[in-house]
This record gives sequence, structure tokens and C-alpha cells, in this order.
Amino acid sequence: MKKKALKAAFPYTIPILTGFLFLGISYGIYMRALGFSPLYPIFMSMLIFAGSMEFVTASMLLSGFNPLGAALLTLMVNARHIFYGITMVSKYKNVGRKKWYLIFGMCDESFSINCSVSVPEGVDKGWFYFWVTVLNQSYWVLGSTCGALLGTLIKVDSGGLEFVMTALFVVIFLDNWLKEKKHVSSVTGLLISLVCLLIFGPDKFLLPSMAVIFFVLAIIGPCLKKEVA
Amino acid sequence: MEVSPMSLQQQVLTIAIVIAVTVFTRAIAFWLFPEGKKTPPFITYLGKALPPAVFGMLVIYCLKDCSLSSRTHALPELLSIALITAVHVWKRNMFVSIASGTICYIFLIHFVF
Repeated sequence: MKKKALKAAFPYTIPILTGFLFLGISYGIYMRALGFSPLYPIFMSMLIFAGSMEFVTASMLLSGFNPLGAALLTLMVNARHIFYGITMVSKYKNVGRKKWYLIFGMCDESFSINCSVSVPEGVDKGWFYFWVTVLNQSYWVLGSTCGALLGTLIKVDSGGLEFVMTALFVVIFLDNWLKEKKHVSSVTGLLISLVCLLIFGPDKFLLPSMAVIFFVLAIIGPCLKKEVA
Repeated sequence: MEVSPMSLQQQVLTIAIVIAVTVFTRAIAFWLFPEGKKTPPFITYLGKALPPAVFGMLVIYCLKDCSLSSRTHALPELLSIALITAVHVWKRNMFVSIASGTICYIFLIHFVF
């Protein structure tokens, strides 16, 4: 039963394999370029398993200790997972104890496969979802481990590689921009953060930005009764 | 290696908070909105409205230490972002876009500025 589900799940994860290896390697090298020991990217990719957040955590570790800021930033960056959960509640029922891991490992990619693929006849659903999640996570951990080791072998602290995080977020932002009907949300996020950066400075602008973005989108947005994204 | 201004305990705690909140965002629907219970429309709305803004904020976050009045006038960053935008609109391939932007940036800061 397990083997059959693994065979059915693997082909769906192949596109993720290349993507996660590339991004994982970038993440591992990025962490080494910042000066972290290889253990950081390896454990963070195993335990956080949320790509964007792992990059952001690295730069949080380089600034002062701020537990509340860390919690709020994680909540904002990963808020989209709340809706993945809402979608998967019905699919992830009756799968036994695997459910705990399925919830832990519900990254964007595992969500999009498990949410959209109809599990082939005769294949156990729970095990299919489980293998998709396990395979995706192993690609990610493998990628960041390779990156961390590669970053140790070649000298990467000569500067510039840390730009990979900026490139990643610019690409995600652009991708959203090209897909959305209205750009209210994208523009709001960009402009409010820029204004807050100018007012509060680089070390203190994040919390006010999150508060104002939330206020604008959550309070004002619904009153306008218009689409924002 | 001393890279973080935090103590090891503070680093571990920060990572633990990130893990806990990440798991929280993934798990909360399973506790609060189990099957048959209707999800409040406000929550559904936030799920659609917030993510584009958050990534806009993260772009600014990455650029927070850039300054137009610095030696390079933030030109390596701005030129690389312009290249990423052009390449992404043209190819729509995440990896090509990220790789070309990062290589462009490394080239600019080492050989041009």
C-alpha cells in the first residue's frame, strides 16, 4: 500500500525536485555567505520548512533579539498557510497519525499538489499525500545541505550572493503582479513599507509596516467592496 | 564563528518561535474550522488580500540597508532588479530570473562599482 502510493506520488513531485534543489542550494550557500555554520541551513530547512521564512529568519538572526517581532513577521509571511489549511481540512481527514506530519509539512508546493491532484483509483489517499510531502521536504533538505557544503568548499563570503534573497522576493512579487487582476494589495505592501522605512529607519520599520498594511487591507479594503488582488 | 549579535540561546529561541508560528498557521484551520463549519468570509478575504502585500513588504525589507546617497547610489541593486523584471516578464521562469539577477549583482559589485 505504501509502495504503491509512493510510485503514484513521485511523478507529481518531479517539477518540485528541480525547483527545490535549485532554491535549497541557493539557501545553503546564502547561509554560508552570511557566515552561519552549515548546521543552521540543515536544521532550519528540516524544522521550519517554509522557504521564504527561512531566508527571512537568517536576516532576523543577524539583527537584535526581538521575539515579538519574529512572531508577527512569521505570522504575516506565513498567513497564506491558514487558507491552505482551510482547503485541506476535508482532504486530510481519516488519514491517521500521518495528519500531524501533513500539517507540519504543508508548504506551498505540497499544498498545490495535494489540493489539485485527484489521487488515482486504488491508491491510499493518506499515503499519497504523505509521500508528496515527504518527497518535497527531502528535496528541500537535500538542496540546502548540498548548498551548505558547497558554500564550505568554495569561498562564498566575498560578497554578492546574499542578493539571492532579494531576487527571490522580487520574483515572487512579480509573479503575483502578473497573475492578479487588481494591484491594490501589491502596491499597498510596497508603498507602505517604503514610507515606513523612510520614517522609522531600517531597524524599526517592519512592525509599523505590518500594522499599517493590515489596517489598510483588513479594515479599509472590505469597506470599499472592491477587489484588491 | 560570531555572526549573530544574539547569544546562542536567543538564536535558538528565535528559530523556535518561527517554527511554532509556522506550524500554527498551518494547523489553525484544522482546529478552528473543522469540516462542516463555515469559514468566516473575513478570513477568506484576508487570505487573498494579504500575500501580494507581504511580498511587496519583503522586497523593501531586502533593500532596507540600501541608500541612494551611498558610494554606489544603490545602483547595483536597482539595475539587478530591473534585469530580473525584464527577464521574468520575458521568460516567466523563476530560476532563470533569480540566477540572472544574482549573477548580475555579483558582477556589478565586483567589477563595476
